[in-house]
Amino acid sequence: MEVAESKSKKAGGRLCSTCNQRKAALKRPKTLEQICRECFYEVFEEEIHQVIVGNQLFKAGERIAIGASGGKDSTVLAFVLSELNRRHNYGLDLFLLSIDEGISGYRDDSLQTVKRNEIQYGLPLKIVSYKDLYGWTMDEIVKVIGLKNNCTFCGVFRRQALDRGASLLKVDKIATGHNADDIAETVLLNILRGDIARLSRCTLITTGEDGPIPRCKPFKYTYEKEIMFTYAYFKRLDYFSTECIYSPNAYRGFAREFIKDLERLRPRAILDIIKSGENFRISTSTKMPEQGTCERCGYISSQKWCKACVLLEGLNRGLPKMGIVRSRGQNNERTKDMKQNKGTKNIESKQCGTLDF
Amino acid sequence: MACNSATGCQSGCYKNEFEQDLKPATETISNSNEQNLCVKCKANEPTAGAGEDGKHCLDCFRSNLFGKFRLAVASNALITPADNVLVAFSGGPCSRVALQFVHELQQRAQKNFDASKDRSLPVFGVGVVFVDETAYYPVPSSEIDNAIQEIKLIVSNLSPPTKELHVIPIESIFCSNQCDRRERFKKLVDSVSDATGKEDLLLQLRMLSLQKFASENGFNRLLLGLCTSRIACHVITATVKGQGYSLPADIQYADARWEIPVVLPLRDCLAQELNMLCQLDCLKTVELLNQTHSGINGLVSSFVKILQEENPSRESTIMRTAGKLTPFHFNKIPELNDSSVPLASQRRQKRFNLKPNESISSESFCSLCYSPLNQSDLTSLSSHDNCKNSDIFVAACCSSCRFQIFPNDPSSMEKFYSLLPEPLVARAKHVRNGDSSLLREQIQDFLLSDSEDDA
Repeated sequence: MEVAESKSKKAGGRLCSTCNQRKAALKRPKTLEQICRECFYEVFEEEIHQVIVGNQLFKAGERIAIGASGGKDSTVLAFVLSELNRRHNYGLDLFLLSIDEGISGYRDDSLQTVKRNEIQYGLPLKIVSYKDLYGWTMDEIVKVIGLKNNCTFCGVFRRQALDRGASLLKVDKIATGHNADDIAETVLLNILRGDIARLSRCTLITTGEDGPIPRCKPFKYTYEKEIMFTYAYFKRLDYFSTECIYSPNAYRGFAREFIKDLERLRPRAILDIIKSGENFRISTSTKMPEQGTCERCGYISSQKWCKACVLLEGLNRGLPKMGIVRSRGQNNERTKDMKQNKGTKNIESKQCGTLDF
Repeated sequence: MACNSATGCQSGCYKNEFEQDLKPATETISNSNEQNLCVKCKANEPTAGAGEDGKHCLDCFRSNLFGKFRLAVASNALITPADNVLVAFSGGPCSRVALQFVHELQQRAQKNFDASKDRSLPVFGVGVVFVDETAYYPVPSSEIDNAIQEIKLIVSNLSPPTKELHVIPIESIFCSNQCDRRERFKKLVDSVSDATGKEDLLLQLRMLSLQKFASENGFNRLLLGLCTSRIACHVITATVKGQGYSLPADIQYADARWEIPVVLPLRDCLAQELNMLCQLDCLKTVELLNQTHSGINGLVSSFVKILQEENPSRESTIMRTAGKLTPFHFNKIPELNDSSVPLASQRRQKRFNLKPNESISSESFCSLCYSPLNQSDLTSLSSHDNCKNSDIFVAACCSSCRFQIFPNDPSSMEKFYSLLPEPLVARAKHVRNGDSSLLREQIQDFLLSDSEDDA
């Protein structure tokens, strides 16, 4: 009892290292500084503002869609962006853009959250559904293909659905809630699977500038913990926190665990990984896939058909393995080959960024 | 089990043991089908554990490994006839195989030399060095003496041609007398609080003492047994420490930024394969210091180990990914155009894999770890109250060293600087003088005093 008391006294006596006036309320995950709530919000928002200004993410008068899933990252992004837009007069028209994959018991609930956010922040919301775009819901897809490779379909479809939704909203850019942990994880995964092309662009804060609708990540340097434990918790933002029912372990991937271990040991490791990713010098002779357009739907694609069209064709023709397994004709030798490659296949097929064995 | 290669017999002992071990396995295999032959030579039965999925026989496994070594040596001119090569031998399996392969290469060269008429191509020289790190890892003196005896035996068995074994203490990098330098070494290492930083500093000091020894004893190559697995770990640790820019410098076959170029001929061999070869060929290893990594390095090596267990090609993939990053201009053995070197030797320096136009020409190096510095590293300097030598030293360091090795407060920084080995300080000064104008220009805004020697 006494020990506990003296401890709380000690902690209670410590002042915020920034303002030196108020009581420190938390240890900032990024820097381990003892800091009070007020200073934390200020520095948290100011850092994001600096990232936006320093990288010229937005121009005045632009229409910006915030990819909103209802999860913590995108909810906090919507809150912070509307806040900063007001405070610093960015002059942006902000929209919420949600994708309805058609996963009952998961997405329908999270969409309720987004709808509440629409009212709370006064941002217009647009929902694009897989059913409308592709004629299939994820529930229906899973019924056909099972729980293996379903994340491939969902990931490929979502990417395209976001672009389609954005063009319906006539926005100039999409802002997504990818945080520093996500980017560090992607850097590592691209090294592990030897994807030099993705390695060279995964740390870019804005991508697709040559395409119709660029995407940017205002949370590139923002720690997940700061978003999750402190911000959403203290400010009691309304967000949805259940994992996808079809990929319950999406956030327990092996690489993810590794990043968390690193963060415990050395908080700045996450930023260091991103820094490494930015500083990698990729040789000019390294083959980069050429970008073209899909012959069927006109979406950007390095192949004749874009991945979504290939997957959709497979679904519609009753060949759901199409686009997932490399060869269609599977004789015995091929199956043997595939078994050996299974490890790599698994990694490729997971769009959620897990390294799931 | 006919022994096909002459090299396979030379250690003499593997055959008996290995045949006994293998008999039961061989019988079951031959029962099934003819398909169970070595996938390469299609003559011998595969050896358990040899090669990928155990589909190779011992001879093919062995010649495959040696082939990788020889290809690396030949296509990057790592060892040429006029060279004097210093092999860094820790006693572990990787450097043991490196030593073995260098010995075999030297034997072949000797054979060719003896047989040729004009004897225009000399045989390269080989020396072996063991770094005694008891100043850091406390080991009873009887143990270290035993280990050194065993190492001596290993090296003396590898002749002809004879190779001399040198044992150097890691603290030999300091110029002061024997007693002092051990103390100073301990103080220096102890003053680093970060576990990872301590390990990395130790690595630097080891390299410096090897360089100093090689330079003072007439060697012109330093050969390390770094294998794919270790390099894969380095790729990840460097990434985690924010050293993405300098990473490609460390993972090439050759690294000539050092006074004595460092060569890594086992770059394409997995630790697993090298361990297996040591076992199958009965190559004696000396496990003296059970060095388990701690901190970031430890975390990464266990991560990579699990990945490798799940997928046996993971380590190679990691290394090859990083191998696609652009190397630096010093990542090749400098051309011989010295007229004192015989023409025949010059002609021997052939290279296949070099892409000269693609390398980055590097400008400045970290004073401590000697890794090439990025522009952003130089401009992110913090301001200094006055321009002490130690401040200039820190200013020319990479952010990783600044974070994990240097003490935080300025007062202990002075002390830390005074403990640094003389060659390190001298090198930093030399580098600084070489491109001090460039560096000054970069840090000008942060320097308040204009003189360099007012410390």
